[in-house]
Amino acid sequence: MADGLRVYRLMVAAKIRSAWQYRTSFVMFLFAQATITSLEFVTILLLFDVVPDLGGWDRREVALLYGLATLPFAASDLIISPVERLSVHVRAGTFDRFLLRPASSLLQICAMEFELRRIGKLLPAVAVLWWAMAGVDVDWTPSSVGLLVLALTSGTVIYSALWIATASLSFWIVATQEATNAVTYGGQFANEYPLHLYPGWIRAVLGWIVPLAFVAYVPAVALLDAPNPLALPDDLVYASIPVAAATLVVSLRLWSLGIRHYQSTGS
Amino acid sequence: MAQVVRLAAVDKTYAVRTRAGRVRRRRREVRAVSDVSFTIESGEMVGYVGPNGAGKSTTIKMITGILTPSAGRIEVLGLTPTVDRRRLTRRIGVVFGQRSQLWWDLPLIDSFELLHHVYRTERARHDANLAAFTERLDLGGFLDVPVRQLSLGQRMRGELTAALLHDPALVVLDEPTIGLDVVSKYAVREFLSETNRERGTTVLLTTHDLDDVEHLCRRMLIIDRGRVLLDGAVDRFKAEHGNDRTLVVDLESAAEPLPLRTGQVLRTDGPRQWIRFDRRRTSAAAVIAEVTAAGAVRDLAIEEPDIEELIRRIYASRTEGSPGDGVGL
Ligand SMILES: Nc1ncnc2c1ncn2[C@@H]1O[C@H](COP(=O)(O)OP(=O)(O)OP(=O)(O)O)[C@@H](O)[C@H]1O
Ligand SMILES: [Mg+2]
Repeated sequence: MADGLRVYRLMVAAKIRSAWQYRTSFVMFLFAQATITSLEFVTILLLFDVVPDLGGWDRREVALLYGLATLPFAASDLIISPVERLSVHVRAGTFDRFLLRPASSLLQICAMEFELRRIGKLLPAVAVLWWAMAGVDVDWTPSSVGLLVLALTSGTVIYSALWIATASLSFWIVATQEATNAVTYGGQFANEYPLHLYPGWIRAVLGWIVPLAFVAYVPAVALLDAPNPLALPDDLVYASIPVAAATLVVSLRLWSLGIRHYQSTGS
Repeated sequence: MAQVVRLAAVDKTYAVRTRAGRVRRRRREVRAVSDVSFTIESGEMVGYVGPNGAGKSTTIKMITGILTPSAGRIEVLGLTPTVDRRRLTRRIGVVFGQRSQLWWDLPLIDSFELLHHVYRTERARHDANLAAFTERLDLGGFLDVPVRQLSLGQRMRGELTAALLHDPALVVLDEPTIGLDVVSKYAVREFLSETNRERGTTVLLTTHDLDDVEHLCRRMLIIDRGRVLLDGAVDRFKAEHGNDRTLVVDLESAAEPLPLRTGQVLRTDGPRQWIRFDRRRTSAAAVIAEVTAAGAVRDLAIEEPDIEELIRRIYASRTEGSPGDGVGL
């Protein structure tokens, strides 16, 4: 495990050194990523100029929800989302090389396709969460901070599992990145608003199928004293741990099944 | 001696989807390898040859654990490649002539350093191996050059080093000499036979070039349309099939096939004629003398049979020898 992480670190460093040759575009992309993420949040703030609340939640409460959804997403986007390049490697047959080395193929592809510029999403996410935590009516005791850390960790795991699972599909079908991104980016977007605003079938999908409700909404309900029309129990937040573990196990299983199905290419 | 590679009745079928109508796709199966069995003992150097699409790369990918066989059993160094793939990678070295294993944008030396960490080789052993390979393959001049700027020959020497730095017991090479000039081919061959001799490394390589096999291997397997057509000593094979030569002559003008005693005209194309002769029965000089006596020659060349030609002859000799005893086509 420790060895795996060291190999990962070295390979990421190698990727950053390779990409250094294109540093102008790096700065531009970094800036673009940060701006897009910030604008998303500004849009939500502007909503509050028109309406006093969203489903009974005020500005800071929605901001906390936003931070809980966005920070894990940005973290998984930085570390695991490079796996979406699998479809390219499967089609070109270049996935072969990852299978010929003793390190995990998943870890290798994430390191080889690592893009430092994605760090641009992380900064606004941290800023919003900070701003929300400062203004929201929560006592930041060790136990509530503990809950927050639990939520951020399991959220990162759930998003990561989603990236791995959707990428694995390209072992079977010629899945275009756009189609699978609809699940990850779409799910993330849905997560930025209180779940009780959505119709029942969307809530069912986010609760049971792609369990993104456990990333932000469930922990937010546990932390905040905000309206809870779905009457979710506060303790549901602890279910995030088994939910995260289960999605990770399923996605890794898909990955290894996919490898068995991998056909390489003729030339 | 220990068995390093063992294939028993191995099949591989690819599922290919082809368009059938606007949206519908039809699933078709392509059988790339059928009923292939062979074993390779420790220390052997085996050539795996066959024409395009014969199933060479498919076999190699199953041996290295990239592809799962559709049927049959494979054992490499006592492991089942797809099951123990990661364990196996530490004990084998793999080179794909058409595909790089190196870090494209970084200096060659960086790839070696990364592989040292990936394979967790001992520092001292890594350094000693790298020093030895650098000298043998003359890498010194371009260790600091980014891989993408290397010539094909230089890159291939880098690939060989990368595949052998962790002291594998078996190296598998898929067309390691493809596209190389004579000098680089020679360097690759020398290096492989030295490695085999000095380190006892078992070598399995595929190639189109019968010269590679002649220079390197005592044993060869010929595969055609997914089946092993022949498995035997290179020397014996050459004695049986390797003595025919073709003299290609360009005459001053188009002519009827030349009537010759020393050889036989296979075909003509305008002023060009292809003449086959058996070098055990007649010398090239005698054939050339007879041809020049028969007509004005502008140019000539002697060709050795290539792999496609040899396979044609194997089929021909088998059907002649025992009618009905086909090779399963
Ligand atoms: N990934 C793949 N998907 C579908 N068909 C494939 C695939 N790889 C190979 N084939 C088919 O399987 C057969 C054997 O291919 P293979 O690549 O093993 O041949 P080869 O002997 O290596 O040929 P070459 O000398 O051209 O490299 C061919 O008919 C090829 O079209
Ligand atoms: Mg091939």
